[in-house]
Amino acid sequence: MVKKIERDTRKFRQIIRGKIKKELKKYITRGELIGKKGKDLVSIPIPQIELPYFKYGTEEVGGVGQGEGESGTPIGSDKGEPGAGTAGDQPGEHLLEVEMSIEELAEILGEELELPRIQPRGKKNIIEDKDRYTGIRRVGPESLRHFKRTYKQALKRQIISGTYNIQNPRIIPIREDKRYLSWKTTRSPESNAVIIYMMDVSGSMGDEQKEIVRIESFWIDTWLRFNYKGLESRYIVHDAVAREVNKDTFYHTRESGGTLISSAYELCIKMIEKDYPAMEWNIYPFHFSDGDNYVTDNDRCTQLLEKWLLPYSNVFCYGQVAGFYGSGKFFQDLNEHFPNEENLITSHINDKDEIYNSIKEFLGKGK
Amino acid sequence: MGAKKFSTELKNLKYEIQEHAREFGLDFFKVIFEVLDFSQLNEIASYGGFPTRYPHWKFGMEYEKLQKGYTYGLQKIYEQVINNDPCYAYLLETNNIVDQKMVMAHVYGHCDFFKNNLWFSKTNRKMMDEMANHGMRIRRFMEKYGEEEVDNFIDTCLSIENLIDPHSQFIVRRNQKPRYNTIPKEIEEETVKRLKSKDYMDSFINPEEFIKAQKMKLEEKSQKRKKFPEDPEKDILLFLIGYSPLATWQKDILSIIREESYYFTPQGQTKIMNEGWATYWHSKILTQKCLKNNEIIDYADHHSGTLGSRPGVINPYKIGLELFRDIEDRWNKGKFGKEYEECDDFVKKKNWNRNLGLGREKIFEIRKLYNDINFIDTFLTKEFCEEQGLFTYEYNDKTKRYEISDRDFKKIKEKFLFALTNFGQPHIYVEDGNYDNRGELYLTHRHEGIDLKIEYAKDTMVNIHKIWKRPVHLQTQIGEKKVLLTYNGKEHTEKNI
Repeated sequence: MVKKIERDTRKFRQIIRGKIKKELKKYITRGELIGKKGKDLVSIPIPQIELPYFKYGTEEVGGVGQGEGESGTPIGSDKGEPGAGTAGDQPGEHLLEVEMSIEELAEILGEELELPRIQPRGKKNIIEDKDRYTGIRRVGPESLRHFKRTYKQALKRQIISGTYNIQNPRIIPIREDKRYLSWKTTRSPESNAVIIYMMDVSGSMGDEQKEIVRIESFWIDTWLRFNYKGLESRYIVHDAVAREVNKDTFYHTRESGGTLISSAYELCIKMIEKDYPAMEWNIYPFHFSDGDNYVTDNDRCTQLLEKWLLPYSNVFCYGQVAGFYGSGKFFQDLNEHFPNEENLITSHINDKDEIYNSIKEFLGKGK
Repeated sequence: MGAKKFSTELKNLKYEIQEHAREFGLDFFKVIFEVLDFSQLNEIASYGGFPTRYPHWKFGMEYEKLQKGYTYGLQKIYEQVINNDPCYAYLLETNNIVDQKMVMAHVYGHCDFFKNNLWFSKTNRKMMDEMANHGMRIRRFMEKYGEEEVDNFIDTCLSIENLIDPHSQFIVRRNQKPRYNTIPKEIEEETVKRLKSKDYMDSFINPEEFIKAQKMKLEEKSQKRKKFPEDPEKDILLFLIGYSPLATWQKDILSIIREESYYFTPQGQTKIMNEGWATYWHSKILTQKCLKNNEIIDYADHHSGTLGSRPGVINPYKIGLELFRDIEDRWNKGKFGKEYEECDDFVKKKNWNRNLGLGREKIFEIRKLYNDINFIDTFLTKEFCEEQGLFTYEYNDKTKRYEISDRDFKKIKEKFLFALTNFGQPHIYVEDGNYDNRGELYLTHRHEGIDLKIEYAKDTMVNIHKIWKRPVHLQTQIGEKKVLLTYNGKEHTEKNI
């Protein structure tokens, strides 16, 4: 039976969904959700939904409490009201933490940004066969014998036939009693996808720039994960040399020194060739930099892109954050060199407010 | 809802506790216990105790909150009891037996209070049926007029559900209208009556000023008669049901909300007393009658959990219980009356004992006649405040936090009573339903030193406008200046008056 409350909970969740959708831009720019991410759920703080009514301005009210302390001793936290009013069980103005599955969040993101669903390319749709032991049958190998079922069957038979002795409860299964596990094969389509994040960590990339990268990649990750099950992520940082790091290091490393973007691209290509054959994988390299590359390196980069990276990738995304120094000329060079390249998307992210649009640029093509 | 079996063990417990409660003099409706698992209990609790209540998302929100609180082990509802005849009480399946005992005894305390307390005397004792009825009506409206539409209208109604007059049920109005309306008599033009007098005495017997003053009074009276409503109306919901241009189904929903609001009112009016009373009795019955030796620790643990308090929050269980005990003790020892009050020997006062033994009788009287306001007003003493460590707190603008401000008895009592008056909510009246002779609604907020939360007030006015469909005014005060807030259906304006 469907419980009555489910209708009301569903309604409530719809309202929340609407709220989140409306405020999505705010959530995207603030990046506070990143810390709230669990394995499958994101916990989203939204202001308590309250119907308006005539009430006192809470801060003025004050009230009566019980406990120790001199006057001037703070009580409770500075947020919300410490239960003023009659009985002290009035809900304060707390934030409501709603849990939402990452899938649902991605769905909202998709709706709000009008992102098209991604079409996995080529024949990378692998149909995979999986065996799951879900059934029971009367014949099978002894190694798959289901002890409990067999025992039950034998017990039943013995009771019915009157051979069961309570004083000496010995159950001996015969062949008809035996039950075995059986399996069913399910076929599930699966497409493999990998995101390769590359970030410039040279001296010119400040903390704010990294924060932008972090937020942006959270949302990209959310969306792609929604489109591909079993998405893999790899991380590369580079200044004048590139190396692969784990996620944590990726966001927190800071190096100083010059910038050779080509080093990252070379590593990326190596990675793809070794682990992700382009025929079987959907590949998404994202590169974030302030565009302040060593001047003579730009040609090398465009070469690498043209020959290898672009053909390998579903789409290659380059996001340029505004740096304190330098020209940011790399952005310009890319666009000049590949004026009509379908597989390349470039985007400027000057501050946090632009993350929203930049996500839209990257993912808006449905590739 | 598949209720779990009320086991024989629980049944025996019920009879045992019921007997103890009777022996102590408690008087209650029949109690029907149901055993539920936590999600069933949470569901019922979300609906305020009524499984058949009308559908609305706010119950869903409540449910999510309770479920989450339970899952993370932050909170747990042990019991839920409904003011109804018979009284329904829900027990949590996973409670251990000591908890069940305690909860049952607690329930009998509540039930006695529901039945006997004056402030509950006007509540509908067949509310279980009535709520089901409400639910069905609203569901039917949803089928007919659309879920969205009805949902939105309920939102609007709930936003003003607190605009009722809890005392109105007890007041016999001076101008009580006769039940069957006979043809109204032509109102005679009243004139000032002069006393008979000789001509030369007239200016003394009917002095000029007096006649003038009387004339003014009469005029005022006839002015007032033209006003609508004649006196400021606190039951704004009633006024809106009567006079706003709503569809019949909308009026029906508004009156459902109003009825439920009145039903729940006494529970707010007597929160401290009601919980105090129930706690007093579960502690009495358990510690004196039916605890086994090996259950003491579990009981004490749970009981102290109920009474625990954080600074800045008054725990109604704690204060209620302590106050009832204090009163019982005082009346047992005769610590009241003129002689006691006027005694200024501290030691003598402390050791005062006239062995009257009136305590039990007194608390039974109190549970019958009082509500939280006069309970606190009459029985909160200076000694009690000191013993319980009560204080007042205020918001400190500089530090942006609430801080303890005082331990002065008078201030504590004043703050306490203020918080209880009108449930700590502002007093709002309908002043004029035909303001400016243009059918506009004029509301007054009786300012008592604390401003309204203006954004909330404005949003609420929007909702009232949805019902009244003509401009809505609210006279209030912001700081020192009196203002008139107006919402005309499109925009808010504010002007000083």
